[in-house]
Amino acid sequence: MSQIETFYDVMRRQGITRRSFMKYCSLTAAALGLGPAFVPKIAHAMETKPRTPVIWVHGLECTCCSESFIRSAHPLAKDVVLSMISLDYDDTLMAAAGHQAEAALQETIEKYKGNYILAVEGNPPLNEDGMFCIVGGKPFVEQLRHAAKDAKAIISWGACASYGCVQAAKPNPTRAVPVHKVITDKPIIKVPGCPPIAEVMTGVITYMLTFDRLPELDRQGRPAMFYGQRIHDKCYRRPHFDAGQFVEEWDDENARKGYCLYKMGCKGPTTYNACSTVRWNEGVSFPIQSGHGCIGCSEDGFWDQGSFYNRVTDLTQFGVEKNADQIGLAAAGVVGGGIALHAAVSALKSAQKKTQDRKSAKEEV
Amino acid sequence: MTSPSPKAIRLTGDATEADHATIRRDTSVYVYEAPVRLWHWINAAAIMVLIVTGWFIGSPPPSMQIAEATHQFVFGYIRFAHFAAGMIMTVGFFGRIYWAFVGNHHAKQMFILPLHRKSWWVEVWHEMKWYAFLEKTPKKYVGHNPLAQIAMFFFMTVGLSFMIVTGMALYAEGAQQGSIFDLVFGPLRDWIGNSMVLHQLHHLGMYAILIFMMIHIYAAIREDIMSRQSMVSTMISGTRTFKDDED
Repeated sequence: MSQIETFYDVMRRQGITRRSFMKYCSLTAAALGLGPAFVPKIAHAMETKPRTPVIWVHGLECTCCSESFIRSAHPLAKDVVLSMISLDYDDTLMAAAGHQAEAALQETIEKYKGNYILAVEGNPPLNEDGMFCIVGGKPFVEQLRHAAKDAKAIISWGACASYGCVQAAKPNPTRAVPVHKVITDKPIIKVPGCPPIAEVMTGVITYMLTFDRLPELDRQGRPAMFYGQRIHDKCYRRPHFDAGQFVEEWDDENARKGYCLYKMGCKGPTTYNACSTVRWNEGVSFPIQSGHGCIGCSEDGFWDQGSFYNRVTDLTQFGVEKNADQIGLAAAGVVGGGIALHAAVSALKSAQKKTQDRKSAKEEV
Repeated sequence: MTSPSPKAIRLTGDATEADHATIRRDTSVYVYEAPVRLWHWINAAAIMVLIVTGWFIGSPPPSMQIAEATHQFVFGYIRFAHFAAGMIMTVGFFGRIYWAFVGNHHAKQMFILPLHRKSWWVEVWHEMKWYAFLEKTPKKYVGHNPLAQIAMFFFMTVGLSFMIVTGMALYAEGAQQGSIFDLVFGPLRDWIGNSMVLHQLHHLGMYAILIFMMIHIYAAIREDIMSRQSMVSTMISGTRTFKDDED
């Protein structure tokens, strides 16, 4: 195995001072929710560990994960993040193309057997033998299986790889499936979101490099440090939710005051992500702060939950699009009508019986 | 009607030998013991609170401007009432299950359907005809009539269990990871996938309970008027009285 540069080497070569490097380490520690004691650990790992080779494959996707990733807001990210990992194959970012690119993929797999991380952006469609997504002349699902076979671990970037996202939304004509439905024998870390937050992406990678293991995952396989809480749990508009102060319609007075967007269909209460803490674009803002509800993009099947603007969403299972309230009230109406009718008939019947009883009593007399 | 014994035998719907013995002496049978009655009314009150507050959680009331958000907790109190009533209902339900084991024979009726008994199916059919106005005289039941028993089983035993489990899974989200609620009910949330689905299921469950309530109250009042036994007062005093001495 050839000597690969350490992260520190790469940083220094790119003219980053040790002071900046240490600052990066402490900020990373903070982002990962680690105490100051971990700063030297991160620094040590960065100084001594060779960069981990990463193969980054693209299936059915929109490339928004890559777009997010390359905008990692950290001051050093621009220079470092792409150098932190040894990104040996990424058909979107790499200089090589065509046969050269595929050769690089093969070379990396063989050279770092069992040691590289496979990052998957997008997902494989399975219908028609996977013909809906062709990479290098072959169905993507084959490339995915091939690259996953010798990977140390797999990162499922974004909602596509983690849950399926829009291409897997009903009726899912291409039968696009998340990575864990195809690869079942490797540790998979899901980093959902459409796209995931840049700092979350780099944070996950930094954790894996520093500690040489996967971060703590929740039951769905997401890193608990970023997906442990709902957006709602840390939302700065939460006091308005508890107070019962809501935006009633777009652009009303309450919207200008920055009230809770719950009534506008905000999915913050059902979405596990770090948007309300890490935020986006160097912590500038996140959807709710910009006045629009969360659409729940990091949740399983978020396209199939009806409108982004309803709390009680449409249920398409009934053939016609009705929400739980409409169905429930209709059912209650039918039952109520039935009861009224039944009560009326009951009353008539008993009146009839009384008359008959009286008649028969008279006859007996 | 010839001998005095057949009249007692015509008592049905969960009637025990002891009930038959009682009815030879008295005109009433003690059916619902105090804990069952207490549970019934606590459960009814909790469900009322849960439906009203649950409705508001799905469709919040108009925004209120009483004070600064810091000092105003309207929606918080609505949610608190929902959670508190939910907890009371859950504890009550477990108490009711306990009473099915230690209470009298009729305390078990809600939890088991005697599907294997042919006579029970005959009475189901009879009861359906009675409600369809095809049967002139209703039977005398000690516990629930078979139709009521079916409704009780599916809407209360199964329905309440469903609402408790889905409700707890939703509560687990607020209690957050690491909490006992998350430990027990979190896996359900993750199995369902998106919590929005869980919300909608819980919401639809509310309508099932609401529809049961309508039928239950109507049937109880109607039976009280039209059948041959007491209904409404039975859930207050516990005794089932019979209006006539015929079979």
